[in-house]
Amino acid sequence: MKPLLEVRDLVTGFGSTRVVDGVSFRIAAGETYALLGESGCGKSMTALSLMRLLPDGGRVVSGGVQLGEIDVLALPERDMRRVRGGQMAMIFQEPMLALNPVIKVGAQIGEALSLHRGLAGQAARDAARALLDAVGVPDASRRLDSYPFELSGGLRQRVMIAMALAGEPRLLIADEPTTALDVTIQAQVLDVLRRLKAERQMGMLLITHDLGVVAENADRVGVMYAGELVEEGARDAFFASPQHPYSRMLFEALPRPGDSGRLTTIPGQVPPLDGTLVGCRFAPRCPHAVARCRSESPDWQAMGGQRVRCHLAGTLPAGQERAVTAQTTALAAQPLLQVEGLKVHFPIRRGLIQRTVGHVRAVDGVSLDIQAGRTLALVGESGCGKTTVGKALLRLIEPTAGNIVLGGESITARNAPSLRRQAQMVFQDPYSSLNPRMRVADILLEGMDALRVGNAPQRRDAVAQLLRQVGLPDDAGGRYPHAFSGGQRQRIAIARALAVSPRLVICDEPTSALDVSVQAQILNLLKDLQNDLGLAYLFITHNLAVVEYLAHEVAVMYLGRIVERGAAADVLRAPRHPYTQALVSAVPRIEPHAGEGIIRLAGDQPSPLNPPDGCHFHPRCPHASAVCRQSYPGQTDLHNGHRVRCHWVAEQEFSARSMN
Amino acid sequence: MSFMPVILWTDALIFVLMVGVLALVWFIRRHEHLRAPWRVVAQRPMAMGAALVLGAFVVIGLLDSLHYRERLADSPADAPQYSVEVLSVFDALVSGLRTRQEKTYSAPLAMQLYAKEFLERDGETVRDYPRLQYGGAHLKHADEHASDIARRTLVGLTQGLAVGLLLFGLLAAWQARRTQTQLGAWLEVWTTGRLGWPGRTVVLVLTLMLLLAGMLIQLASGYHVFGTDKVGQDVLYISLKSIRTGLVIGTLTTLVTLPLAIGFGIAAGYFRGWVDDVIQYVYTVLNSIPGVLLIAAAVLIVQVYIESHPEIFDTAAARADVRLLALCLIMGVTSWTGLARLLRGESLKLRTLDYVEAARAFGVSHVRIISRHIFPNVFHLVLIAIVLDFSGLVLAEAVLSYVGVGVDPSMYSWGNMINGARLELAREPVVWWQLGAAFAFMFALVLAANLFADGVRDAFDPRLGGRR
Amino acid sequence: MFAYILRRLLYAVPILIGVNLLTFALFFVVNTPDDMARLQLGAKHVTPEAIERWKAEHGYDKPLLLNPAAEGTAQFTDTIFFQHSAAMFAFEFGKGDDGRDIGNEIRTRMGPSLAIALPVLVVGLMVNISFALLMVFFRATYLDLWGVVLCVVLMSISGLFYIIAGQYFIAKLWNLLPISGFAGGIDGLRFILLPVLVSVVAGIGSGARWYRTIFLEEIGKDYVRTARAKGLSEVRVLFRHVLKNGMIPILTGVVVVLPLLFMGSLITESFFGIPGLGSYTIDAIQAQDFAVVRAMVFLGSFLYIIGLILTDISYSWVDPRVRLQ
Repeated sequence: MKPLLEVRDLVTGFGSTRVVDGVSFRIAAGETYALLGESGCGKSMTALSLMRLLPDGGRVVSGGVQLGEIDVLALPERDMRRVRGGQMAMIFQEPMLALNPVIKVGAQIGEALSLHRGLAGQAARDAARALLDAVGVPDASRRLDSYPFELSGGLRQRVMIAMALAGEPRLLIADEPTTALDVTIQAQVLDVLRRLKAERQMGMLLITHDLGVVAENADRVGVMYAGELVEEGARDAFFASPQHPYSRMLFEALPRPGDSGRLTTIPGQVPPLDGTLVGCRFAPRCPHAVARCRSESPDWQAMGGQRVRCHLAGTLPAGQERAVTAQTTALAAQPLLQVEGLKVHFPIRRGLIQRTVGHVRAVDGVSLDIQAGRTLALVGESGCGKTTVGKALLRLIEPTAGNIVLGGESITARNAPSLRRQAQMVFQDPYSSLNPRMRVADILLEGMDALRVGNAPQRRDAVAQLLRQVGLPDDAGGRYPHAFSGGQRQRIAIARALAVSPRLVICDEPTSALDVSVQAQILNLLKDLQNDLGLAYLFITHNLAVVEYLAHEVAVMYLGRIVERGAAADVLRAPRHPYTQALVSAVPRIEPHAGEGIIRLAGDQPSPLNPPDGCHFHPRCPHASAVCRQSYPGQTDLHNGHRVRCHWVAEQEFSARSMN
Repeated sequence: MSFMPVILWTDALIFVLMVGVLALVWFIRRHEHLRAPWRVVAQRPMAMGAALVLGAFVVIGLLDSLHYRERLADSPADAPQYSVEVLSVFDALVSGLRTRQEKTYSAPLAMQLYAKEFLERDGETVRDYPRLQYGGAHLKHADEHASDIARRTLVGLTQGLAVGLLLFGLLAAWQARRTQTQLGAWLEVWTTGRLGWPGRTVVLVLTLMLLLAGMLIQLASGYHVFGTDKVGQDVLYISLKSIRTGLVIGTLTTLVTLPLAIGFGIAAGYFRGWVDDVIQYVYTVLNSIPGVLLIAAAVLIVQVYIESHPEIFDTAAARADVRLLALCLIMGVTSWTGLARLLRGESLKLRTLDYVEAARAFGVSHVRIISRHIFPNVFHLVLIAIVLDFSGLVLAEAVLSYVGVGVDPSMYSWGNMINGARLELAREPVVWWQLGAAFAFMFALVLAANLFADGVRDAFDPRLGGRR
Repeated sequence: MFAYILRRLLYAVPILIGVNLLTFALFFVVNTPDDMARLQLGAKHVTPEAIERWKAEHGYDKPLLLNPAAEGTAQFTDTIFFQHSAAMFAFEFGKGDDGRDIGNEIRTRMGPSLAIALPVLVVGLMVNISFALLMVFFRATYLDLWGVVLCVVLMSISGLFYIIAGQYFIAKLWNLLPISGFAGGIDGLRFILLPVLVSVVAGIGSGARWYRTIFLEEIGKDYVRTARAKGLSEVRVLFRHVLKNGMIPILTGVVVVLPLLFMGSLITESFFGIPGLGSYTIDAIQAQDFAVVRAMVFLGSFLYIIGLILTDISYSWVDPRVRLQ
């Protein structure tokens, strides 16, 4: 069968830098082809080359792109415009930025409709409404007159999809379409994409870094590394036995449920693409590399349904199972941190004299405790208040109410210095968390200076010690943050937190800005530090895979409150709260989902400004009953410290107990 | 001593400023991340060419800031008396220009005055244009005029070229030695423009400036290159003297602006709350008053003060200088609001960044957070504002002098030149050279400053530099 | 929305009071009426009697803030502050040194000022935006590069030069338009053309360059790529998407100066002999007529604050993100 899209030896360059270097692949109608790889490996540039939408300075150097009968690269710009949106359309990563903020949604879709289908006026409006219906936007006719900022992230991405579909394209390119979305919303959007592809027999090019998303959506997979395609094959074959060492290491770097051993990391970094590259591009980071790999670029080798660019293809040992070390369940000692009824309310001021008319209840009565040397993961989707909890604990945001006891000492504004010696924070974005104008040594010294830890020579020694501890070279202290990669920066940030020898470290999504292989390094480091120093972590994250790997206990937050907490294994493997169930179920997994069906939540998380009455979750809950609409559920204690706040669970438990 | 050094207020401040700039340069050289953007500036041909031109202006301005009073020739050695005229080293260097004063207007390079007088010629009294006292006085016949000018131009150009080639040779030899290449090889790299610094532009601009200087020196020794003004003073001399005024206004005003803008801007953005409210109130009030009017009101007040306290000033130069200083102060006080608003916005953003939060998590004091986290990260904005404001201030001086609230009328400035010549435009034929010279000098300075500012902004603006 | 506007209006009051106090301090405290009298009379005629007479003529022969000689509320009202500063809140500006009523002058001179300033603003905006769009359309080509250089060159030229050159060449040498003057009605058009032309040209450099930066910033945003991905042509992307977003900062920047248009331009009006508020102000400064300067300071501040309020309102009008939140 003739493929829908055929890309031959595509080379795209910026000046002398070849960001895409000889990429070839085919996509058939009705097929999803996933381009997989870490950031900076050329996935997006490949897609933009197909659309001929490269940023200023970039150009397709050579190669061919054949879309059906059309030779895309040979078209004059005028005809290319008919192809864009009409024959192939593209969805971008950040739906907030990708939609024009000052044009109504209906008009933005209408533009594509008039361009490719010649529709105008009422016909265009009807067509736009039909499209919004098709992508599952509720109340579509009203939404046509909304501006993008009035929509939630999930709805914006649906609008984006509707817009892409307006020209009835044959090929849809989705560039990380769900990376910016929460996991339950991601599941909704991926469902829409799958359904539409099947209905319209479109070809789809799915660009992602998430193996789980690939596993659940792709028919075929191509792995990119440093501008080249290094492996390609059908999904099932690829997931059964990835052949390229890079693909294998991507799998092994992924934290998976059940094991808690060390993760495989990929040493080094993607090579810069501006020089002349000799040999296999992955060789410098490959544990199996032989002399030939460094001198000769490997050619494609067919391996059954797969093909791979590796000299050693087929001869590599099969991926070994990781050692599974059981979670050490330390006995419950005196908790290091105890939080009771923590509240953070932000006043909303309105009107002539800026009267306080209400409160955003960002955190609304959170209680938790952490034992020394243990990790509590605080899980929830964006906007649930989990970061606010972390900052309120450190009094970076002044809590409205609540009691914090750290190391047996009640923390008030007065004994803040004692708090700051004992608890520190690691932030999400390693780029904004390090001052670009300070040397690394000064960054590490800052905390010790401020809290007067030791004398000057001791502090200097401590800096050297810290750098070794987090695995940075000795000369790192004299350099500035921009000399380091994202992963190294996060190491510096961790070292900074450790500088005052805290007992508790609050990690706010410390790996979510990092690639999988780098994430593995940081997770390993955190684990080592916990073992060596007996640190306790409050690990704030939305990534459940990381939670399963790292955490001893889990607390799940929804709209400012903790809805379920308990031992990590209990909460994640046998979640009881319908929200936790949906959350766990929505995570795309490499392994096929066993047993229970997939739970899809409807709608979005409501605003904490105006939370629903009763149980906050009831509007989205499949099990909601009358009582859920009226009263917020009390706590139901299950076994082993597993606690849930849900009327439905309480009822189940009650009937189970009364039966016994 | 045959002279007495005089340090005017603005001189002192200029030297303080020079010391500050040198200290800053020393500081920047020691910090890699501060040096990097400057290296980018140094790689831009346009910016480097502009910097050379600016440098020439600055050298003239600095020479013109070393003031002294000459001892009167007939005063006794034990109780010396000094002239009331305050001169500068620059005056001494170009004393010929200063002293060769004609009666009234004369056109550029002219031999005759611009006004007819009754002359004795061959025993008859005729009404004609008299010969100038100095301009072209070395010529016996008027018909030698054109050839003399041509000869002097040629000699000047040749001299300039010779000096230029000499300097280029020295540069090439030095660079070749430094990079350990053959002289020929270095020259080859130089012609292709792949030196890593804009060598071709630098050499070209320098040579052009030398050619111009050579030509001016040759012509000025025999003529008034830009003519003379109403009282017969050499317009070239006035234009050159005005450089210092322009530079002083462009730099000292910023010196006044900076502490206000940085202090208030950062404080408002960092502390928010009532501090922000108060500072915003102050700058909205200041901003709401039309700038020219506020300056006018303040200058009138200073004028009243100066006129009612004549005893404080021992020379006219000191008087004019205080008024210049006052003008800088006033313009500084009225113009800090723009930069303050910018810094406030930036501080608002910075204070929410994670590294500031991290510092707060250690309990680092506000002063330290501001000095180590906020200020270094807004410094590029301050720098951009300094270089961008400079040219605006130089242009503003001309307008203010025209309105009558600029520098002292006795002071040499391009604004005063324009103001004085404007009325003569109605004359037939037009006296254009005074205006022309003022505009040309102002244009050269402002254009150089703007081009340099462009280079600085491109190098420092993080929006163009990507994430770092 | 109503509450918002009302709140902005109330916010204007303390600012006007601040302006008032500042001008009071400048004109009466730092620089006393005696000093003014001395300056006005000239060194030769300064005698204590002459000063007193001058002060009495101008109504400055009263205490600054509190009049102990008066009775009741007159203690406060029969003072310089009340009669010369506070009175401005009621737009009572008194008389200038030439004996004419300042309020009256302002009313009659606003028209001519506006006749110049408004066309300058409108034409200038159109010219600058067109030039900026042209440069953005040809971005990263030599046309753009030289466009920017041209802008820098244009903005390096003194504003006075544009006026003098315009008057000299267009009016004097080529006799195309009158060199200066003003007339009402259609007949006045020929007087307006030259000042407008000169002012627009003088503003192109900085204006077009600034707008170019705004548009370039917009064109780098993701939504522009989305628009291109739809298949829109570059021209439509520029006009429909980039211009619409870029106009937000441009328009709000324009709105703030709208009320100030009444004040006219000092330099332009004085060179072209336009009987507007600008030339009125400049004459007052040169004649050191403090009453007029004071009135113009207050009027300027008042108009600026109106401009600020209009900006806030227009911002919420053009930007749906502000309007609907």
